[in-house]
Amino acid sequence: MSNCKRAWRFHLPARFFLLVAAIFWLSGCLRHDPPADLTLINKGEPESLDPQIITGQAEMRIVEGMFEGLMRLDPKTARAIPGLAERYELSPDGKTYTFHLRTNLVWSTGEPILAEDVVYSWIRALSPATASEYAGQLYYIKNGEEFNNGKITDPRLVGVHALDAHTLRVELKQPTAFFLDLCAFPTLYVVPRRTIEKYGDAWIMARPLPSSGPFELVDWRLNDKVRLLKNPRYWDAANTKSELIDVLPFNFPSTAFNVYEQGRADIVWDKELVPSELLDVLLRRPDFHTFNYLGTVFLRFNVTRKPFDDERVRRALGMAVDRERIVKKITKSGEPATTSLVPPGTANYHPVPGLEYNPAAARKLLAEAGYPGGKGFPRFDALVYGIKMNEDIGVELQQMWLDNLGLNMELRPLEWKVYLSTENHLDYDISLSDWIGDYNDAQTFLGMFTSGDGNNHTGWKNSGYDTLINAAGEQPDLAAREKTFQQAETLLVHESAPIVPIYNYVGVNYYDPKRIRGIYANVLDDHPLRAIQKIVPAALNK
Amino acid sequence: MYYLRRILFAIPLLLVISALAFALVRLAPGGPFDRQRVPASPEIERHLLAEYHLDEPVWKQYLRFLDGLAHGDFGTSLKYRNHSVNDLIAQGLPVSMTLGGLAFCFALGIGLPVGFFSAANRGRWPDYLGGFLAMLAVCVPGFVIAPLLIMIFAVKLQWLPVALWESPLHLILPTIALGLYFAGQVARLMREGMLSAMQSEFVTAARSKGLGENELLFKHAFRIAVLPVVSYAGPMLADLLTGSFVIENIFQIPGIGVFLVNSSLNRDYPVVVGLSLLYALLLIGLYLVVDFAYTVLDPRVKYE
Repeated sequence: MSNCKRAWRFHLPARFFLLVAAIFWLSGCLRHDPPADLTLINKGEPESLDPQIITGQAEMRIVEGMFEGLMRLDPKTARAIPGLAERYELSPDGKTYTFHLRTNLVWSTGEPILAEDVVYSWIRALSPATASEYAGQLYYIKNGEEFNNGKITDPRLVGVHALDAHTLRVELKQPTAFFLDLCAFPTLYVVPRRTIEKYGDAWIMARPLPSSGPFELVDWRLNDKVRLLKNPRYWDAANTKSELIDVLPFNFPSTAFNVYEQGRADIVWDKELVPSELLDVLLRRPDFHTFNYLGTVFLRFNVTRKPFDDERVRRALGMAVDRERIVKKITKSGEPATTSLVPPGTANYHPVPGLEYNPAAARKLLAEAGYPGGKGFPRFDALVYGIKMNEDIGVELQQMWLDNLGLNMELRPLEWKVYLSTENHLDYDISLSDWIGDYNDAQTFLGMFTSGDGNNHTGWKNSGYDTLINAAGEQPDLAAREKTFQQAETLLVHESAPIVPIYNYVGVNYYDPKRIRGIYANVLDDHPLRAIQKIVPAALNK
Repeated sequence: MYYLRRILFAIPLLLVISALAFALVRLAPGGPFDRQRVPASPEIERHLLAEYHLDEPVWKQYLRFLDGLAHGDFGTSLKYRNHSVNDLIAQGLPVSMTLGGLAFCFALGIGLPVGFFSAANRGRWPDYLGGFLAMLAVCVPGFVIAPLLIMIFAVKLQWLPVALWESPLHLILPTIALGLYFAGQVARLMREGMLSAMQSEFVTAARSKGLGENELLFKHAFRIAVLPVVSYAGPMLADLLTGSFVIENIFQIPGIGVFLVNSSLNRDYPVVVGLSLLYALLLIGLYLVVDFAYTVLDPRVKYE
């Protein structure tokens, strides 16, 4: 009896050890890959790598390496330059493009890429069965919207046709100044028809996966990494600067920063991965880079609610916002304060100023609207997406409106999906919002405040504004188009003010400029993988 | 027979849990495809809902889900549209289980001896020290412990990697950060269990028969004293094996814990339901193991 018990006792550490050993043995998940030439830290796990499904920047930055459209983006300027298409002609009325594909195009698996592949890819993006959230990027094409909405079921009626193996004709609804930029947007990338038809929705998991771009996808592990290998059959492979790239999906800024500091990653290219507590110190370092970005933070008024239906009230509140204070005290990454919606650096456009900070004029205006010194003004709330920075901005606004106008605002921080749904249903008074341009053009900012646009979310309807935006859309002359857009923006941010712009976003990324080449500052914060190169120390010494 | 009955009873229980998860997550405001950018036409959202059968009545969706479940298929993630829920679990669960298993061993390996010796030295300084350390481990949350460990052992001393999941060295800090809280709990439970066991009659009887103090503690008291720890170990293991949102994010570990939290924020219905079921299954299974362990450790316990 006693012996038996002693055995039990002595075996306890042994069993414990065995258990640990078993766990190690089971952990086949600890895989050791050969090191990559270049390791990038990206924001979050990509939702998808299917060009026609993705909607976010983190995804687009990876997919840009795997597939290409008729055009591609210049790494320096982020403007469209020839990609799969070598050249194009535009008809005098600005409505018909003829694209000439390069004749040496092949998939990474060796089959040729032909004009009909482009037609297939675009029809796939528009097909209701694909359920592409960005199908709207192809609505500028004749019958694109109708086909997507099911009003037309014959894809041949859509304005994209292969004239021969290497020639493509695209008919547009109206002249579209930014159409070439759209041709470099992921929804319009060229995808492999045979693989998709064979594997259906799971096609992106097929190996080998045919790529039309500079890299092939060799590995994709959830929350771990996306591994890309140079595609030697890419038409411009001679200028692809890296062989093997790892893209790591990070969620926590401090983790990204630590891994970068320990030398395990070369580039962190998302502003959200900069530890905000260290912002002041880090932004002074030579490996931290900030630049203008195509995004604006602004306030929306719900004009269907009193007293915000009165434009004097809206303008008064707008003039009581001290934007400089917000960018200096809270955001602190060098964001430019702004009174206009369209960000500086937008192609073919110069933004017009809106309502400047002027508390005295604001008080006067509020008195005219019937609320002298804020008397009789109902309590109202401001909707914010509940992250710390937004809440801090909300608190500043609260104080500014109290000090300058004597108004009492209540802050309403909400979780992301609830925030979106609340704003969408106009269940708010004022909302702190933002917008990132879908393409480099004023249309993506100004277009959303036309009556009934799905992204309007203010209830604001102005037929004069709609007329101006439509007129600008049809205007083939760029200078005349800019003027019309500027009139519209004046109406939006100065006269009627259903929105109050506060500041523009900046892009922030960090990498050692002595070690990393080929990554440039541009307003789209877009950095094509094909151009990025790591200089190995040996080469550095020579 | 008793265990067979318990297993059979788990099936309706799991069905109820799946139905509740299915309904509750759909009650939350906002949907899986609500984004800041409203699609260019309402048709686009309709295609999306149709693609995933979200336009059907909820009871029909649930039947569809049960049908999939019968074939071992939890459905497709609505956020990660290229991945099935099975795929998320297959990729993430082994990682979380490895980390959780190690943290479990760590918690027991530290907690049991600390609790044991605290009780054996009741009222003297080892007891106070043990109690203090256990209290500290329980009170300081993982999101404080983890960055502290990283700062000391990875950033300052450079002994260990700051994050990622690549070699056995990468496992050390997350294991400690995850297991420390549980080690504290185990130590406290063990100490209490020891103290009450030492006052029980069979120990007094053994002592009066002239058994040595060490033999008494190790052989007789320990088996009974460890029972509260055993009952705690079941839910603790279920907790550990399904991963931790905080630890996995801080150490950038590709586990399932991140999905467990994010899926409900994303309204990723199939993932929420799939992972809830997985968690429930683990919990039910481990409670069964705990009850079985009772019959082995304590001869007084028998199930009919």
